[in-house]
Amino acid sequence: MAQMNMKEAIRDAMRVELKNDPNVLVFGEDVGKVGGVFRATEGLQGEFGEDRVFDTPLAESAIAGMAVGMGIQGFRPVAEIQFVGFIYEALDQMFIQAARMRYRSGGRYNSPIVFRTPFGGGVKAAELHTDSLEGLAIQTPGIKVIVPSNPYDAKGLLVSAIRDNDPVFFMEHLNLYHAFRQDVPEEAYTVPIGKANVVREGSDVTIIAYGMMVHTAVKAAEELEKSGVKAEVIDLRTLLPLDIDTIVASIQKTNRAIVVQEAQKTSGAAAEIIAQINEKAILHLEAPVLRVAGPDTVYPFAQVEDAWLPNPARVIAAVNKVLEF
Amino acid sequence: MSKLPYEVQTEPVLPLSVLSPEGEIVNPDLMPALTDDQLKEIMYRMVFTRTWDERAVNLGRQGRLGFYAPVSGQEASMVGSEYALNKDDFVCPGYRDMPQIVWHGLPLYQAFLYSRGHQHGGQIPEGVNVLMPQIIIGAQILHATGVAMAFKKRNEKRVAITYTGDGGSSEGDFYEGLNFAGVFKLPVIYCVQNNGYAITTPFEKQTAALSIAHKAVAAGIKGVQVDGMDVLAVIKAVSDAAERGRNGEGATLIELLTYRFRPHSMADDTSKYRTKEEEAEWSLKDPLTRFAKFLEKKGLWSDEDTARVKEEAKAAVNENIKKAEATEKMTVSGLIDSMFESTPQYLEEQKADFQ
Repeated sequence: MAQMNMKEAIRDAMRVELKNDPNVLVFGEDVGKVGGVFRATEGLQGEFGEDRVFDTPLAESAIAGMAVGMGIQGFRPVAEIQFVGFIYEALDQMFIQAARMRYRSGGRYNSPIVFRTPFGGGVKAAELHTDSLEGLAIQTPGIKVIVPSNPYDAKGLLVSAIRDNDPVFFMEHLNLYHAFRQDVPEEAYTVPIGKANVVREGSDVTIIAYGMMVHTAVKAAEELEKSGVKAEVIDLRTLLPLDIDTIVASIQKTNRAIVVQEAQKTSGAAAEIIAQINEKAILHLEAPVLRVAGPDTVYPFAQVEDAWLPNPARVIAAVNKVLEF
Repeated sequence: MSKLPYEVQTEPVLPLSVLSPEGEIVNPDLMPALTDDQLKEIMYRMVFTRTWDERAVNLGRQGRLGFYAPVSGQEASMVGSEYALNKDDFVCPGYRDMPQIVWHGLPLYQAFLYSRGHQHGGQIPEGVNVLMPQIIIGAQILHATGVAMAFKKRNEKRVAITYTGDGGSSEGDFYEGLNFAGVFKLPVIYCVQNNGYAITTPFEKQTAALSIAHKAVAAGIKGVQVDGMDVLAVIKAVSDAAERGRNGEGATLIELLTYRFRPHSMADDTSKYRTKEEEAEWSLKDPLTRFAKFLEKKGLWSDEDTARVKEEAKAAVNENIKKAEATEKMTVSGLIDSMFESTPQYLEEQKADFQ
């Protein structure tokens, strides 16, 4: 065990997999010598060489497209898109070419690729660095979508993603890279893709969240406990495939739920989660499932970010609404 | 005060040519080394491809084929470039480039299944080094770049080849691919089949550059313009580019000047944007006529040979379209199972609605 923050855990996942499998390659803009703009790949080129960990020219479509070409030749690319807003440059290659390769070829080819990208607000970044674009990905058949919320999960999920023979969109929240440390095994281990985690047990209401919002939800739950409300918090970890069974099991117990996401209200994953709850657990509900989300504007200017992003107070207000319904 | 000479490149390139329209060798230094049997095989493939194209257009009209992009006129460019490859070289085709992947090993009935919209059309047999035709213009440029990167990383003496049209050279992915190949010095050949039109838009409306070959300069790779109606020139250009790639000398952009005698697709009407004069002028450069004249002078080919190959091709098309039509129908649950290596629970549940 070692104490790692999420950035170090992500780096360690790449390190153990570069070691385990000679087909694993790490590349992107500035990931090589300097080790990435967030140092998430720091030291990897030194340890594994320029052949395995390398910088590319500044062109996201080519980074993703080259990964597709190498993927059909048996390599396992871990391609980094420097910031989430730049994935638009690479959408065809990520969400069309990689995501459809197995289907289009009837299984002859596949795309064993991880597209890593940082995202997420609260760090006063420049435009288009922090948008929550997971909603685009979950509407794309053929790609899996992972958003870890802590170092242990981040390493285990990234190892799973690298070993997965289908493409994975792996979103790393900027505000979590250095937020806290946790015990993380130094060897390779996996956290299963598609399995949620109940991070706090409760019996009065279920709070479903992912990424940074897991921590916002836990803070809200701690506050609620002071007034006697026991909130259960689910960290989804994977948005596609969604672990609806864990959500339904929790709602059967609590009969009330809200979904908390950082993305705008009509983006993200919340609407899909609520639709599935509606299909599978409506008879267990005492109140409608509410959303806590960003307003439907363009991502805020840095100066107004704190007011825009969902916070514990808004989560508590939503919980009180479903409790009082 | 004098003005700055804002000029990078003003010299027009001259297309590489080996064979005159009369079938005379005009550039003996560039004549590729080919045996008589090889020369006959190349002619066989071009005639076969022309016949297949004519039959495919008819099958399309009868509703027995679906999406189909005609190729007549481009046989030298397509057949010749593929002929210059080794079987372990990898082809990333555009949507018109079915002949290259068929001659590289994809069974013809699967090409027909692709046209009809059947998944088995894309199930490339093991050992056949091709991708399915690419619909997103430019995407295949990047796949070939990645494949070439894989060959380089594994120290394999193989090249990747990819094709787009003159319109495709305006895409961002086209430039990005060439540029990556330049930086990483990759064994890849980018063929641009410049047939003068992207659907209805003429070449002059794609770029003010003097040629597409000039665009290699921007990526720091080699570029050459070739008479794409001259199969010997095409073979020479691609063979040399492949050798360069295998020797670690990097990527090559090859512009093949060609013409499609038929419409862009079955839904296109050429009379709206082309003149009869232009079509007549290009028909004089027909790659089949030109190469046949050359072979006839050497006593290697005759009209009877052409007639025989046409019959063989017709029979092969008939047999393969029947095989395509007899292929088992697809099911929705089968499609669902082909999405991921193992089908996740949410998709298993959706299958239930279709069983």
